[in-house]
Amino acid sequence: MTDIDPITLAVLSGRMEQIADEMDATLFRAAFNPIIAEAHDASHGIYHATTGDTLVQGKSGLPIFVGVMAFAVQAIIDKAAADGDMADGDIYAFNDAHIGGTHLSDMRLVRPYFRDGELFCYLASVGHWHDMGGAVPGNYNPAATDVFQEAFVLPPVKLVRGGVLQQDIVDILMRNTRLPLSAQGDLNGQLGALDLGVRRMDALLDEYGTDTIRSALSALSDRAETLMRAELSALPDGRWEAGDFLDNDGISPDALPIRVALEIRDDRMVLDFEGTAPRCAGPVNIALPTAVATAYVAIKHIFAGLPANSGVMRPIEVRIPDNTLLSAEFPAPTGGYTETILRMIDVIFAAMAQAAPDRVVANAYGTINALSIAGKRSDGRPWVMFSFYGGGHGGSAETDGLNHGNAPISTATIPPMEILEAAYPVMFRQWALRPDSGGAGTHRGGMGAVYEIEVLEENGAEAFLFGERGRFPPRGVAGGGDAALNAFAFEQDDGWDRPPLVSKMRGIRLKQGQAVRLETPGGGGYGPAEERSPEATARDVARGLMTEAQADADYPGWREAGA
Amino acid sequence: MSGRMVGVDVGGTFTDIFVLDETTGAAQVGKVPTTRPDQSGGFLNGITGQVPADLSRISVVVHGTTAGTNALLERKGARIGVITTQGMRDVLEMRRRDRSRTWGLRGDFEPVADRRDRLEVPERVLADGSIRVPVDLDAVRSAARHLLDSGCAAVAVLFANAYANPANEAAAVAAVRAVWPNPHVSASHEILPEIREYERFSTTALNAYLQPEVSGYINRLETALKSGGFDGEFMIVQSSGGVMAVETACERPVRTALSGPAAGVIAAGYIAETAGFPDVITGDMGGTSFDVSLIAQGRTQLAAQTSVDFGLTIRSPMIEITTIGAGGGSIARVDKGGLLQIGPESAGSDPGPVAYGLGNDRPTVTDANIVLGRIDPDNPIGGKLDRLDVEAARRAIDIHVGQPLALDTCAAAEAILRVANSRMAGAIRLVSIERGFDPKRFAFIPFGGGGALHACALMADVGLARAIVPRYPGVTSAMGCVIADMRQDFVQTVNAMLDLLDRDALGGFMQDHLNRGMALLDASGSTFGSRDAVFELDMAYLGQTHTVPVPIPVTIEQGAVIPPTARQIEAAFDATYEAIYGRLLPNGARRILNLRSAVIGRRPKFDLATLAPDGDVLYKPGLRNVHFGQNWFETRIYDRLSLPVGTLVPGPAILSQPDTTVLIEPGFTARVDAYGNTIIEREEN
Repeated sequence: MTDIDPITLAVLSGRMEQIADEMDATLFRAAFNPIIAEAHDASHGIYHATTGDTLVQGKSGLPIFVGVMAFAVQAIIDKAAADGDMADGDIYAFNDAHIGGTHLSDMRLVRPYFRDGELFCYLASVGHWHDMGGAVPGNYNPAATDVFQEAFVLPPVKLVRGGVLQQDIVDILMRNTRLPLSAQGDLNGQLGALDLGVRRMDALLDEYGTDTIRSALSALSDRAETLMRAELSALPDGRWEAGDFLDNDGISPDALPIRVALEIRDDRMVLDFEGTAPRCAGPVNIALPTAVATAYVAIKHIFAGLPANSGVMRPIEVRIPDNTLLSAEFPAPTGGYTETILRMIDVIFAAMAQAAPDRVVANAYGTINALSIAGKRSDGRPWVMFSFYGGGHGGSAETDGLNHGNAPISTATIPPMEILEAAYPVMFRQWALRPDSGGAGTHRGGMGAVYEIEVLEENGAEAFLFGERGRFPPRGVAGGGDAALNAFAFEQDDGWDRPPLVSKMRGIRLKQGQAVRLETPGGGGYGPAEERSPEATARDVARGLMTEAQADADYPGWREAGA
Repeated sequence: MSGRMVGVDVGGTFTDIFVLDETTGAAQVGKVPTTRPDQSGGFLNGITGQVPADLSRISVVVHGTTAGTNALLERKGARIGVITTQGMRDVLEMRRRDRSRTWGLRGDFEPVADRRDRLEVPERVLADGSIRVPVDLDAVRSAARHLLDSGCAAVAVLFANAYANPANEAAAVAAVRAVWPNPHVSASHEILPEIREYERFSTTALNAYLQPEVSGYINRLETALKSGGFDGEFMIVQSSGGVMAVETACERPVRTALSGPAAGVIAAGYIAETAGFPDVITGDMGGTSFDVSLIAQGRTQLAAQTSVDFGLTIRSPMIEITTIGAGGGSIARVDKGGLLQIGPESAGSDPGPVAYGLGNDRPTVTDANIVLGRIDPDNPIGGKLDRLDVEAARRAIDIHVGQPLALDTCAAAEAILRVANSRMAGAIRLVSIERGFDPKRFAFIPFGGGGALHACALMADVGLARAIVPRYPGVTSAMGCVIADMRQDFVQTVNAMLDLLDRDALGGFMQDHLNRGMALLDASGSTFGSRDAVFELDMAYLGQTHTVPVPIPVTIEQGAVIPPTARQIEAAFDATYEAIYGRLLPNGARRILNLRSAVIGRRPKFDLATLAPDGDVLYKPGLRNVHFGQNWFETRIYDRLSLPVGTLVPGPAILSQPDTTVLIEPGFTARVDAYGNTIIEREEN
């Protein structure tokens, strides 16, 4: 391997990031389902030929995939080693979350990239398909007790063999989804993104030569490691613990603890999740790859300037004890993995806040609130409105938290109300900020939202909710207060009702004219509330973002000082 | 009418003037300092500097303005009120649930309208256009009075689903206009009758936010021009690159958000096409940024939407301009991982590069050019400084780049340029390769102060065929003002399956757009070479959310639109879709989301040959040492504007003119064409 000069490295770093970004853009444009096209629930990258480590990842894909895709590539490396038949032009595909992380909705395509007859690296594409079969449309089944009730499971298989698409595999996939047209469109988009990646890599290697690019990839990981070690060295040594809870697993009402101990010694860090709840019956389990990748997401938020490659994780050890809900084995259900990993990020932030409060922000709203409203129109056509909803971000050392942001694991935007109303027989009575929902603090949390959705269809509808934070609020840090709880209600003949399991429910029958009402949490506060400027509180009250009663409770004395 | 056509571009530092005498074909250019905070002072100084005595000799003044852009970026628009549907007052503040940066979760957001000034009224229209709750006009009037009493200078009326049926919103806005004391009332169905409430509300609210400021500015300019004796047409460049009458600009100031840069792209496209190169990529290198735009076969690419800043979304046709944070003032540093980084932090033009001696001590891209002898330290551009401090620039490069990377000064300066060039090359690849264009077919046309220093490096890096340096690269935007056509854009959401399309309804929308566009052209008082109407449908397969713009051939007979048949639309969609995605979806149902129409009045073009140099003497060049690669070369320095047509200049050489330096690297040759452009190409081996 040749030594690479830092100037060429700087140039190549940009070129390779551009390849991954371009693969992202190709799929976003071509995808049929809005979860990829609008919410960007997808990712592309370049991975190491022998370890599967992430070398370069696109900037616009979903943050959680940055770490998790390395496991998908590793799974293919293992399969290729066992089968001994990997060749140029092959593309592997699978959605098995216990092997590749996240959940069964994510279809992963892995393509070995050969140069001069030799394996050079892997290119991979992952995208969230709209429907993969299973018990409920969209695959968020809050009552699933194994993967078979969630979706069709595809183990790693060769979808393309020496450049030839295996149509029989495609046929199996398309027969196992409620939305074959959408799935075919997404699959075409992912194949197109990989084709493009190959063309761009060819051009880059032609221009710079195999040795130079190989050296650059390795140097970029080394450099990321150096940066991470420099960051850790600047932090105090010590051990800090934090814990939080999931409301329940959707089956039984028991709260599920998630705990972390964060230890920093010199330029190394350990994240130990000892004390976390055991594997549960419902779908808030996650597989080990997901847990490790989540630690990466939290680290990337804390050290936002670091590059997106696996080098940053070398000085960090993530300890996930066996038999916890963070290391659940096949066939444990994992459909609600988003809720669990959001809580992991929250506890990592809470632990880091004790070590270096200025490096973190308070907890964000902490639940994606997957809400589905479905039914049949009078002409018999089925409809499914499925979306995720926003909430407040945590306060930081610099500012109040953002009102109505997206989840830390995602960069997804919300579909416009008018698009939803045009596509489905619903009307939003309210689409607004939720006053008093941000946690108190020197910089308070951002506000969550209120969405009240009325069914217009004369046949009525059925609603499903998969949420969290109904019992344990998003936490403040550095002395800041907690945010409001997630609150869900649905209209029945005798008035408003609430789910027995607070944040999860399926089979809610709604008649025409009845509504559901989702009030999402804000973010936690940052710093002691006593240090908030009274003018800021007076302004919040004047704007109606805070009631006077709440201001009196959180910021006594704001009236005198603010007047 | 013959007289003088004047283009004026007001930038951050300079106000540029381009004057064309329509009788003689002679052109003049001028540059005066921009005045702040009121730019109208510099505007008038610039014009009277070029056309002394009597402004009545001017027939047309066209202005590319950054007044709107600056008001948005600096958040200096008016206090505005919002009147909206019950339950929807927070749409502007909630955005599309995005965040400003992927990583870090920091930062908050203040919308342009304070929550106290966003009032709800009872009314509701459903997505099918039916009225569920009629608008309560008493509530509307009382909301308007309340906003006035609170001190709002403008108001936006933003109703849910007003794109599908504007009746409630139209009634409300009429009631507001009856009590509002000024014309600053914007309605969402008038500004953008298109589905997606956040994008429509944001565009409309930003229109209201800009209206008092921009219309006040334009009116001051118009008054001053008239008092100087001017009685011709006064027009404003839109972000789309077309011009509009001042009355339209005062009603729709949101269309000026990218007015200045758009004019530059229009001029660059015209210059290149005249020179025989219809495929070009423009690169405007300023102090903090590098703006790239692509023109294929003479056509600029239009983007439907942009965000001027986080949460400030404007949906209105704009020339697609990709911006990266790499300009002459971008700062070079070595990060903790040992990698050389350029920008996005910038010293701008004040304090500017280290060599300006105005307080910045960190090296910039311009400092690297100075240290390598590419910029003349004794004749700095712009005339603000007597000379540049080369030693200070050398020291800064040594300390911040040379020592950490163990490079000598020249190697460090070359490294800065190499990384900066590679970032700019990345932006060029982004607009070309990523969109399916092969850059080898394209010519690069640099304008702005710094671009021509980097043209050869960018040609080599990206593989561009050639570079065209316009005769007056520093006043390209002002020239674009004189060239741009008049253009009116319209949009209407249709939201119908192609199979079930109501052809007459679509034809009705087209006719309405055509009539309104033609009326605006008539009202402008301009003479046009020709008039065109262009229609596009935003279409997709059912289930897809990203639409493709499908150009629809439409026949117009004596002013009457003959609407296209479903079969014609189907064929047009299939052709467009296949060109973009490579394959059609055999069982997919085709859907039409929006109709987009543009009515264009082609303005007479002037002959660029009038700009050509008339001298035929090749003066002896000066000499200076300039560093290329690893060596110093004794390099010829030519006075660019005096080079006769047809002159060939082999590299290494520098062509200098008051506001630009053109660098011809070894291995390249420059040629002066019949229009005074400098064409740079690789030497044949």
